Amino acid sequence: MIKEFENFKGFSAKKLPLAEPIASGHRACQGCGEVLALRLAMKAIGMNSIVVSATGCMEIITSTFPHTAWNVPWIHVAFENAAAVASGVEAALKVLMRKGKIPQKHIDVVAIGGDGATADIGLQALSGAMERGHDFVYICLDNEAYMNTGVQRSSSTPYGAMTTTSPPGKKSFGQATKKKNVPAIAVAHNIPYVATASPAYFLDLMNKAKKAALVKGPAYLHIYSSCPTGWRHGGDLAIEISKLAVETNVFPLYEVIEGNYIINRKITKPKPVAEYLKKQGRFRHLTDDIIAEIQRQVDEEYDKLLKLAGETA
Amino acid sequence: MAKRIGMEVSIAASEAVKLADVDLIAAYPITPQTHIVEHLAEVVADGELDAAFVPVESEHSAMSCCIGSSAAGARTFTASSSQGLALMHEMLFIAPAMRLPIVMVVANRALSGPISIWNDHSDIMAEQDIAWIQTFAENGQEVFDLVLHAFRVAEDSKVLLPMIVNMDGFTLSHVIEPIEILDKAEVDKYLPPYKPKVRLDPRKPVSMGLVGVPEIYTEAKKATNEALINSKKVVVKAWKEFGDLFGRYYNPVESYKTEGAEVILITMGSISETAMTAIDKMREKGLPVGLVRFRLWKPFPATEFKKAIAGAQTLAVVDRALSPGGACGPVAEEIKAALYAERGRPKVFNFIAGLGGRDVTVENFEEIVSRAFTYAKKRPKQLYEMIGVREI
Ligand SMILES: Cc1ncc(C[n+]2csc(CCOP(=O)(O)OP(=O)(O)O)c2C)c(N)n1
Ligand code: SF4
Ligand SMILES: [Mg+2]
Repeated sequence: MIKEFENFKGFSAKKLPLAEPIASGHRACQGCGEVLALRLAMKAIGMNSIVVSATGCMEIITSTFPHTAWNVPWIHVAFENAAAVASGVEAALKVLMRKGKIPQKHIDVVAIGGDGATADIGLQALSGAMERGHDFVYICLDNEAYMNTGVQRSSSTPYGAMTTTSPPGKKSFGQATKKKNVPAIAVAHNIPYVATASPAYFLDLMNKAKKAALVKGPAYLHIYSSCPTGWRHGGDLAIEISKLAVETNVFPLYEVIEGNYIINRKITKPKPVAEYLKKQGRFRHLTDDIIAEIQRQVDEEYDKLLKLAGETA
Repeated sequence: MAKRIGMEVSIAASEAVKLADVDLIAAYPITPQTHIVEHLAEVVADGELDAAFVPVESEHSAMSCCIGSSAAGARTFTASSSQGLALMHEMLFIAPAMRLPIVMVVANRALSGPISIWNDHSDIMAEQDIAWIQTFAENGQEVFDLVLHAFRVAEDSKVLLPMIVNMDGFTLSHVIEPIEILDKAEVDKYLPPYKPKVRLDPRKPVSMGLVGVPEIYTEAKKATNEALINSKKVVVKAWKEFGDLFGRYYNPVESYKTEGAEVILITMGSISETAMTAIDKMREKGLPVGLVRFRLWKPFPATEFKKAIAGAQTLAVVDRALSPGGACGPVAEEIKAALYAERGRPKVFNFIAGLGGRDVTVENFEEIVSRAFTYAKKRPKQLYEMIGVREI
């Protein structure tokens, strides 16, 4: 058990924090699941924080000069280096406190990046920062493609999905590779806390964000973030689709605390993935064969997770 | 009391960083910069310097980490070279745009390919348009002094820009020279503690690095450029104060035996010392030659330069980097542009020398000057020429 978690009882729907590190009035698309996930995570972490943002949707929609949606200190430097910038902020705060140059009061350093910023171009910087053991939270907001530049594939785009650089065609069924498992990469760095979360399970998400902030050392949060614009679904479906992703085992919710896997929401009777896929335009082109293959992959991945958690189906 | 000690120049650079009491160092090893950061890691490990030493996984992350650190309000240092500097490229533009006074020593080394660990200026000249203040050191004492000067200038509230001290790899970084090392009390007299006006602080939230829409991008660029141009006043003032305190005076541009010179050699960095020997030799023979060298490279000290070369009919500009497919080397380009509108401007001939560690000898300088005298009478066909090339 992690000692910092002892006094944290968890949030309840009746007693949500009033803090709003991100103001409303930003420029996200209607029904954006990513900004919802970010808002919930930041609400849980609170105002005593510094946010480092990678380039991407969340950076663009919150920071068009002379406006800012950020009520906490915020810095954006580039696409691939949020974890490295956060390393600098965290190490600087520590040494400035030690030297008495700023008050001795813990500040949560939070780096945020999309799946492209995390799984692709920023993976090295993230690995370096986790390995060095900086006391920070890294949040990957996974909308499964490069949305800011117009829906290009990333290594986190799921098998079969259509993006502008994984288009279906006579010789293509869309993305032909399997989604990269970044939480497993984070676990391989032996960091104290790794978790997946979804805005459809908002209390679970907020509790995990808070735990990530509480834990000493690096914490990695991988948050499912639906994107109506890039996934081609209605602006009112973000929550429904996010929920289906969990209920079909496409996106299981789990924590890895000091290396120990815990499945937070065990789905005993998963819904068929087809139900999840059919609601989204990005999967509309899929044939039954490919859908069956996706189902097979989802089952296989879930079995692996069960084994890691020492559980049976 | 200051002490004069025989010391490797890289160690002297790190001693200056230590005396500046930096808060954070983030760096990645690359020859010939390594001795600087190794020594800093040591002084931090021994508790001689209370700082964070962040052993990042790349130079891109080194500069990113420095940006985060400086934005959090810490006095921040790094050092690099060649491929490492090139890997930082993207970040080098962002640090000045955010007005972060990071100090970096660049141990100048050739850029690949072919891969070469030896000295020239191609690494820094590939970064022509970063808005960093830049100086070039000629010897070990200068490296030590210029590092302290860099913190003083960069952090000045009228400046707030990052600053690079260039020193030639190996020919400076790895040699042992007698260097006067100031003591802490002396340094404290010169360099006040860094008090950032804006920093990442939850008590007073600010947003940094916002999107520059077309309505504001040009103005943002202009503001940074003006800050860079105006920094010259502080650069000069900080040198004057350094001289008044410690007796060593520095100028943006230095002249050597330029009185009555018809041909003036233009150099930068450690080859200037060899160039001076060559000038002495040629003057003894009665040749009217002199030397002008840049200590301040950016902002380009045009006024001081024009004054220094006034009266000369011919300039022989030595570049330590090639600008492939271009009209001339980067230093010559800057000089030609600065002089073009001048009435009675001198003729400018450009010589590329000392690439990838090729020695530039006294004889090379004599050859350059002799060609400049010839070309002054009869214009050469080529736009520039490379010196010391082995022909097969
Ligand atoms: C070095 C670099 N390469 C490419 C880009 C262009 N770019 C900006 S954001 C982005 C995609 C962002 O995708 P992701 O990280 O998934 O975030 P999202 O916008 O989907 O939230 C790309 C390719 C860039 N800014 N910098
Ligand atoms: S493109 Fe997608 S992720 Fe980006 S703001 Fe719009 S809905 Fe959100
Ligand atoms: Mg994305």
